[in-house]
Amino acid sequence: MKPCVEFRQVSKRFGDLEVLQQVTVSCPQGQTTAIVGASGSGKTTLLQLVNGVLRADAGVVEVFGASVPLTDVEHFRRGIGYAVQGAGLFPHMTARQNVTLVATLEGWSESAIEERFLDLLKQMDLPEDISRRLPRELSGGQQQRLGLCRALMLKPKLLLLDEPFSAVDPITRVEIYECFSYVKEHEGVSSLLVTHDLREARRLAEHLIILREGIVQQHGDTSRVLNEPANDYVRSLIESQLS
Amino acid sequence: MKRLVFVVLGSLVFFLCSGALQAADVIRVGSKNFNESYLLSEIAAQLLEARGYEVERKFGLGGTLICYEALKKGEIDLYVEYTGTLSQAILSLPGNPGRDLLNEQLADQGLELLEEFGFNNTYAIVVRDEVARAHGLERIGDLADAPDLEMVFSHEFLQRGDGWPGMSAAYGLTADVRGIEHGLAYQAISDGAIGVTDAYSTDGELVRYALRVLEDDRGYFPSYFAAPLVRSALPKDVHLALNQLGGTITDARMQSLNAKVVFEGATFAVVAAGFLGELGIDTGPQVQSMWPRLARNTLRHLQLTGIALGLAILVGLGVSLRVYKNATLSSGIIYFCGLLQTIPSIALLALMIPLFGIGMLPAIIALFLYSLLPILRNAITALANVDPTLIKVSLALGLSEREQLKHVRVPLSLPSIFAGIRTAAVISIGTATLAAFIGAGGLGDPIVVGLSLNNTDLILQGAIPAALLAILTELGFGALERRLTLRR
Repeated sequence: MKPCVEFRQVSKRFGDLEVLQQVTVSCPQGQTTAIVGASGSGKTTLLQLVNGVLRADAGVVEVFGASVPLTDVEHFRRGIGYAVQGAGLFPHMTARQNVTLVATLEGWSESAIEERFLDLLKQMDLPEDISRRLPRELSGGQQQRLGLCRALMLKPKLLLLDEPFSAVDPITRVEIYECFSYVKEHEGVSSLLVTHDLREARRLAEHLIILREGIVQQHGDTSRVLNEPANDYVRSLIESQLS
Repeated sequence: MKRLVFVVLGSLVFFLCSGALQAADVIRVGSKNFNESYLLSEIAAQLLEARGYEVERKFGLGGTLICYEALKKGEIDLYVEYTGTLSQAILSLPGNPGRDLLNEQLADQGLELLEEFGFNNTYAIVVRDEVARAHGLERIGDLADAPDLEMVFSHEFLQRGDGWPGMSAAYGLTADVRGIEHGLAYQAISDGAIGVTDAYSTDGELVRYALRVLEDDRGYFPSYFAAPLVRSALPKDVHLALNQLGGTITDARMQSLNAKVVFEGATFAVVAAGFLGELGIDTGPQVQSMWPRLARNTLRHLQLTGIALGLAILVGLGVSLRVYKNATLSSGIIYFCGLLQTIPSIALLALMIPLFGIGMLPAIIALFLYSLLPILRNAITALANVDPTLIKVSLALGLSEREQLKHVRVPLSLPSIFAGIRTAAVISIGTATLAAFIGAGGLGDPIVVGLSLNNTDLILQGAIPAALLAILTELGFGALERRLTLRR
């Protein structure tokens, strides 16, 4: 099966700073790939190359076998779900408006929107009565779940998750992990998960990419990377977080 | 937003229609912004009305040059001018030329000075009687021996060639002088706040405040005989009608007519009708209650500020939406609008006259320019500074630039945009009171007349409604803002 995302010889710099250097990795379809690294390792940049919010200076990024398009990129992005740390909900919209905005713009019928919205609330274990509330009236955990609902609304085949679980308390986080695992199974969606937390990666991802200062240190099946670290950096990362 | 566009376009149509209604047959009478000019223009206006003409009054125009330019451009058909002002300040003629000589010069401009009313309202340099006695002042030249008397003159007197510059040279006076609004000078000199000021020899205040006119022993001041200055193109019947007023007003009569307005609180209309009645000209009842005038002024004020603000909102938001992404262009535009804001409002209004004449149009343009800055600055700043995470999310969700603007940037910027519009509205309402100086009417009208008469009641008839309008606008916009930003 083709990978859901493939990076080949991808480099990116911001001014003098080389953020990604010749990154070549692929992310298997139907699985969750965690991109793990310290702050400044280039993991968020790598993620933003996938939906064309950033463009690579060199190399190729392919999504389901096709390059990121240069025109009509909005249509392309709507096929990819996106969730960020802190949820990034629009503060002037209700919970329902946040989740259903793009479906409305896509011209979905009101009944289809309603059906999908209620289905997502159920999957994410959210009560229906939150739909008319503003984000500031929701708890941090509810906001984060709603952010995932928004990412899933258009039934994307690929989800990009930029540390979406890191801003909530540990108990809530475990609950959201369970919801996410259920949704992943239920919707059959592939995911790229940026995180600095190896424990989270071990729990949610079947595939792992370890980045350090823009260079891939190791990638492969999560269990293999964790059991057979390729170098001292990966080994010390595992020891510091998992032992 | 659509509703806003309708309101603005509706106001524009209303404005254009109201302009179109000013048909050619209407005779537009102007006046300067001091009481004698108001009174003489009112007499001329009522006389013409009694003769069956329709008259539009454009009174209280801010000074000689504004009136003269307005007449030349055909914005008004006549106003009352003084021979000395024409020869000195406008035509720069030497000596004391008479009416015939002036008319030779005026013919080129398509203007004509009709028969003089009869009185000579020349400049008078005045001090209080008791001050004159204490310092032994009788002639203007004596002022050189009284250096401790503070000389404060009207702004126009300080500027005019036949005012302070010429007089100080003729009499060898070297004292430092300051400027004051003419309407306030009498109060100031009677309170002893200032020592010497300029007055007009027919002012009713000379008697009331016991002021002594210092003798112009060197014959410096030219004669100032008042007469209607009209466009030659006016029908001959109008000329003939106005010439009936020739030689009807002596110095003493003018003083008493002025005093009726200034000290007895009679309106210009009533005093003018009384005077014309004495000449056997029946003008009909001239009693006008305050309320219709207040309503008319308020409506005009709302028209001025409403149209200017509407245009500023359309242009300001339109420009903001196009430039907010370009930081250099944005700051350049904000800087330029800031520069406009530093031009004093009365100067900006005056600058509009050569370009757009007098009346509502130049006033609206000036108010529009004043309203732009707060709207542009708030809108650009708000649009450019929306939380970058939300912008990143909206991009990643696949919103086009237009959708991002409509669903994210604009709604999140609304409170700030509204604050800008609110500020612009309040500035406009305040500044529009100055529009009376260029004949645009509004609540500035009673303020300008009140200033010229030193009449607090009249000033308050303009100031209180203007302040109330500002407060109501503030509250109204507050309510609208809450409604629009409430969750839908």
